[in-house]
Amino acid sequence: MKEKRKDWDNLVGEITPDVIQLREEVSEQYRALEEMKQMALSYGFDISKPATNAKEAIQWLYFGYLAAIKENNGAAMSLGRTSTFLDIYIERDLEEGTLTEEEAQELIDQFIIKLRLARHLRTPDYNELFAGDPTWVTEALGGMTLDGHSLVTKTSFRYLHTLTNLGSAPEPNMTVLWSKDLPENFKKYCAMMSIKTDALQYESDDLMRPIYGDDYAIACCVSAMTVGKQMQFFGARCNLAKALLYAINGGYDEMTKEKVVDGMEPITDEILDYDKVKKAYDIMLEKVAKTYVDAMNIIHYMHDKYAYERGQMALHDTKVGRLMAFGAAGLSVAVDSLSAIKYAKVKPIRDENGIAIDFEIEGDYPKYGNDDDRVDQMAVDLVTRFSNELKKHPLYRNAIHTLSILTITSNVVYGKKTGATPDGRGAGVPFAPGANPMHGRDENGALASLNSVAKIPYKDICQDGISNTFSIVPDALGHTEEERIENLSHLLDGYFIQGAHHLNVNVFNRETLIDAMDHPEKYPTLTIRISGYAVHFNRLSREQQLEVISRTFHERV
Amino acid sequence: MIKGSISSVETMGLVDGPGIRYVVFLQGCKLRCLFCHNPETWKREDKLLMTPDELIGKVLKYKNYYGEEGGLTFSGGEPLLQPEFLLECLRLAKTCNLHTALDTAGVGFGDYEEILKYTDLVILDIKAIDEEGFKNMTGSTMKEFHHFLEVCIKMQKKLWLRQVIVPGINDTEDYILKLKQYIKQIPNVEKIELLPYHELGKEKYHDLKIPYPLENTKAMDPTRLQELQALLENNE
Repeated sequence: MKEKRKDWDNLVGEITPDVIQLREEVSEQYRALEEMKQMALSYGFDISKPATNAKEAIQWLYFGYLAAIKENNGAAMSLGRTSTFLDIYIERDLEEGTLTEEEAQELIDQFIIKLRLARHLRTPDYNELFAGDPTWVTEALGGMTLDGHSLVTKTSFRYLHTLTNLGSAPEPNMTVLWSKDLPENFKKYCAMMSIKTDALQYESDDLMRPIYGDDYAIACCVSAMTVGKQMQFFGARCNLAKALLYAINGGYDEMTKEKVVDGMEPITDEILDYDKVKKAYDIMLEKVAKTYVDAMNIIHYMHDKYAYERGQMALHDTKVGRLMAFGAAGLSVAVDSLSAIKYAKVKPIRDENGIAIDFEIEGDYPKYGNDDDRVDQMAVDLVTRFSNELKKHPLYRNAIHTLSILTITSNVVYGKKTGATPDGRGAGVPFAPGANPMHGRDENGALASLNSVAKIPYKDICQDGISNTFSIVPDALGHTEEERIENLSHLLDGYFIQGAHHLNVNVFNRETLIDAMDHPEKYPTLTIRISGYAVHFNRLSREQQLEVISRTFHERV
Repeated sequence: MIKGSISSVETMGLVDGPGIRYVVFLQGCKLRCLFCHNPETWKREDKLLMTPDELIGKVLKYKNYYGEEGGLTFSGGEPLLQPEFLLECLRLAKTCNLHTALDTAGVGFGDYEEILKYTDLVILDIKAIDEEGFKNMTGSTMKEFHHFLEVCIKMQKKLWLRQVIVPGINDTEDYILKLKQYIKQIPNVEKIELLPYHELGKEKYHDLKIPYPLENTKAMDPTRLQELQALLENNE
């Protein structure tokens, strides 16, 4: 609080609107800190003093988290990189003999129980986009320091061990910051927990550390941010597949038949010409990017004005760096559609208004997910172009543009609202999640599929994350448990050396999911990774469950 | 340059040799094993044609995943039925420092010494341990298998042995004990795996309009398989 007061005192000089806004915010932050103190006092704790032992450190941390979720309106509230931070308190207590290992684990277990209990009341529309009551209590585990030391601590293991003690669960959203240099035993332990619980996601520390330093954490699903020094504006995503249909249909929506984008002419060719479609698509993306940026600028201007999250911002530096995270959905559908138009013959079927409502495809075409550069390069070009279009427009509070290829569960609802596409996908059919290849089109096995996704550029382009969800049946991962652990660990090493950013790992049989759909009572804690977070399978809608089941399972034995 | 006929590839094979492996399923097989789940690989026909250079180029795209253990496995079909292509691929793989494995029933066209020079591990299918059983299981004689095994032994090749256990045919303790005796005579065996018969191939037979030989046989019970595996490994 003293520091915030000092910051406020230093906000002098020319009183511009920016300075007025910040002065008001800092005084709000100061009040929020006072309220936090009062809240903790009501439970009998004085958090204005430093924690004196591990128990207090965990309690103080929890109060910070509690204050933040009490204030926020149901969106993501990540934890940070707390396991490594808490470890020194536990180590000291263990050394002084005031805490046993069993008690240390119990403290962590209790803390995790608290985090699992949080729930937000939300509107049905919210659940359609983000199913299964996620709270995104994302905790970043492991990673390396800039000078090459491992940040894995005993408490990293203790956090993961809660999945054994308390059973598998989606929260907190355990995120392993993977580096090829992590201790082998930690890699194996993570792999083992993935196989057992399907509750972990992995992100490349070797990719993020050079950009964010070694004190970053993961916010929301997969977004890296320097702890306490950066915050993120976020909202919605661009449906790349639908934008392509708009380009073909001259700005008319193929579902509502309304004109939604001005200044475009429909393409009337009998067989779609790649160059023509590509040109129209580029113009469409330019228009969509402008609309998207405008919307985000308005939303976040208004959000700061009417719903400023003073408690959370009080826990950040006053001069905070701001990122504005844009998103895109339907990447694989858009890319396969472009590839079909280029390499096969695609004939639109038009309705009485001349709007393409279906497509006939003659011949084969290379599909994203098979490590085939002819089409993978189209994906790289598409995200690069879209990112560049976004960057043409200045952002509220000089935020930095970032982009994610991440859908959460919205791939179902975006798919539902998108007509048939030139890749042969039917109207209303769900998209693949995140940056995943479309279900069943990755025909050359898992590594080919992983290599395709690994080509999507992270640095400066999709720097808010490139989500890939990977499902494999246990028998295909190896015959024995030991082999499975070893293989999964090598798989993660290989994928991230390849330059990839993120991987959700699920190890289960399709039959288990089908059975769980019909007999939820038998699987009360069945947890699966979807896109960027984990979820109780039973909390998904039937539509979403079916989509998960239809995904590619790597199962060759 | 010689081209191989490839039935399919799996970029992430995790059960055909150590570690993460690129598995090439070569087209063509002389045996007609009752339990075979890849009938589409039997015919010696041209499927996906590739030169050794092309194939190894593809394999190297996944080098980052192989670690110290993983690498390249030739399976089939019967990989030994395309000896020239196989040999050239293996030779190239070794110059690229890839670990090489051969998943085979040992029934090929000879040239085994040369092929095995560039093979780090042989995963050998034991179809049966005597002439009669072999004939019943595969429709062929054991002669070529014996020849291949002799070469492996002479060259001191590291071996993983595999035996598919089919209910009603070889799922007895009696058979497992005999198998154990049989294997004792083979040196350099690093691993013995009993694999459960499964029905995943059934549909392919129907699609290919080939009568399915084990129409009335159920998949092998995993618990029973574990018991048999334990019996096999029991050292008392």
